[in-house]
Amino acid sequence: MVGNGQRIMIKGTRDGLTLQLDDQCSFETLLRELREKLSMSGITEEQPMIRVNIQLGKRYLDEDKKEELSAVVREKQKLVVDSIESEVLTKQEALNWKENTEITPVARTIRSGQLVEVKGDLLLIGDVNPGGQVKATGNVFIMGSLRGIAHAGFEGDQSAVIAASYMQPSQLRIADQLSRSPDYDSEGVYMECGFIDDQLEKIRIDRLQEVVKKRPDLVSFERRMING
Amino acid sequence: MGEAIVITSGKGGVGKTTTTANLGTALALQDKKVCLVDTDIGLRNLDVVMGLENRIIYDIVDVVNERCKTKQALITDKRFECLHLLPAAQTSDKSEVTPEGVKAIVDELKQDYDYIVIDCPAGIEQGYKNAVAGADKAIVVTTPEKASVRDADRIIGLLEQEDMESPKLVINRIRNHMMKNGDMLDVDEIVNVLSIDLLGIVIDDDAVIKASNSGEPVVMKPNSKASLAYRNIARRILGETVPLLNLEEDKGVLAKVKRFFGMRT
Repeated sequence: MVGNGQRIMIKGTRDGLTLQLDDQCSFETLLRELREKLSMSGITEEQPMIRVNIQLGKRYLDEDKKEELSAVVREKQKLVVDSIESEVLTKQEALNWKENTEITPVARTIRSGQLVEVKGDLLLIGDVNPGGQVKATGNVFIMGSLRGIAHAGFEGDQSAVIAASYMQPSQLRIADQLSRSPDYDSEGVYMECGFIDDQLEKIRIDRLQEVVKKRPDLVSFERRMING
Repeated sequence: MGEAIVITSGKGGVGKTTTTANLGTALALQDKKVCLVDTDIGLRNLDVVMGLENRIIYDIVDVVNERCKTKQALITDKRFECLHLLPAAQTSDKSEVTPEGVKAIVDELKQDYDYIVIDCPAGIEQGYKNAVAGADKAIVVTTPEKASVRDADRIIGLLEQEDMESPKLVINRIRNHMMKNGDMLDVDEIVNVLSIDLLGIVIDDDAVIKASNSGEPVVMKPNSKASLAYRNIARRILGETVPLLNLEEDKGVLAKVKRFFGMRT
């Protein structure tokens, strides 16, 4: 860790500055020292904005404290706080993480008038019939026919996808986007996946294989941790 | 100890009452002791289809409210000694009876009968809850129309929450030529969506309407296709394995001769 007198270590990286803060001293000491340190470093007016990444070590800060810390860094005109990273988290946060990163399997037919809502990814072994609805904060994977409504990332995760063995949905919803089936009768498609196209900012349906290319970190734990 | 089967559909007008009357009669034809129970209180018509309207003295509401004994309210069929009907009330409404009340009656009837066939009202409210309360099994009736398949799906979802085995499906009012043209949902498609076992298919037959107007279930007319379908369904309920009816209509002697010689018709 940081040496005795040195409670704050500043490192320059390609992306900006990294501040490594001591996690043993009191928060007040830390703020005081941070003010001193930052006022010492001479940054001239012409330089562009510098992004700062703060590493707290094993110190836990709640949102208010984080804001306080950011404020101290922002006092310097040219510094912006990019991220605050801590190695510790509360049990509640851990629980939320767990919920939002888990895959919940459900094995039944979702019939008209029924609603299944899960945290994290949903793996449905069965069909969603017309009038039925499934919702997940993460991805929706359906090993069956999707004929009703599926809503992936319903708490706002734009990168969530909806995959089904057979797709003939009445509506696909991802985060705050919505697409509906055409008004004419249409055949469904097999093994396809709906996702938000970044350029069109609309829901698109494509072959499953294509979506894996678009979302390489589809099932990786890291992606789901970040979204959680 | 008998078995109670509820006939339900969600949507109205798909043929619950007709199915109840015909299945009950078909089971009676097989020498089973059968009791039909009409739970469509306020809109009773099972008695009309059975042609027993003029014999009603007491009804199910009287039994629930203990104004009479269950046996007093039962009407014996004109045709079969072993077939009885417990009619619904016409002057009350569905809130007059409770699921517990119906269950008690059905449990009592189960002591004396092989099959209790319960006619359920349309909808998913009080009337439906009353009808389903005492049942051990359920038969869902649907027609090859989107709206009725949708409602059947809803009902199946609700039935799955009850303490009974997975419901069975009867597809009613099939018109073969429309199904062939793709103007009607076909049998496979419906079974696929609803994903429950198919108990039988019944062709849309003029004889059904004629028969129910004359208070004589169509099952009694041996040469109608719908009649055969209902009798097959009854045999399947009794545990026999009966193949599904051939939907093709015979096109007369010539077609038979052609088929005999292996020519395409």
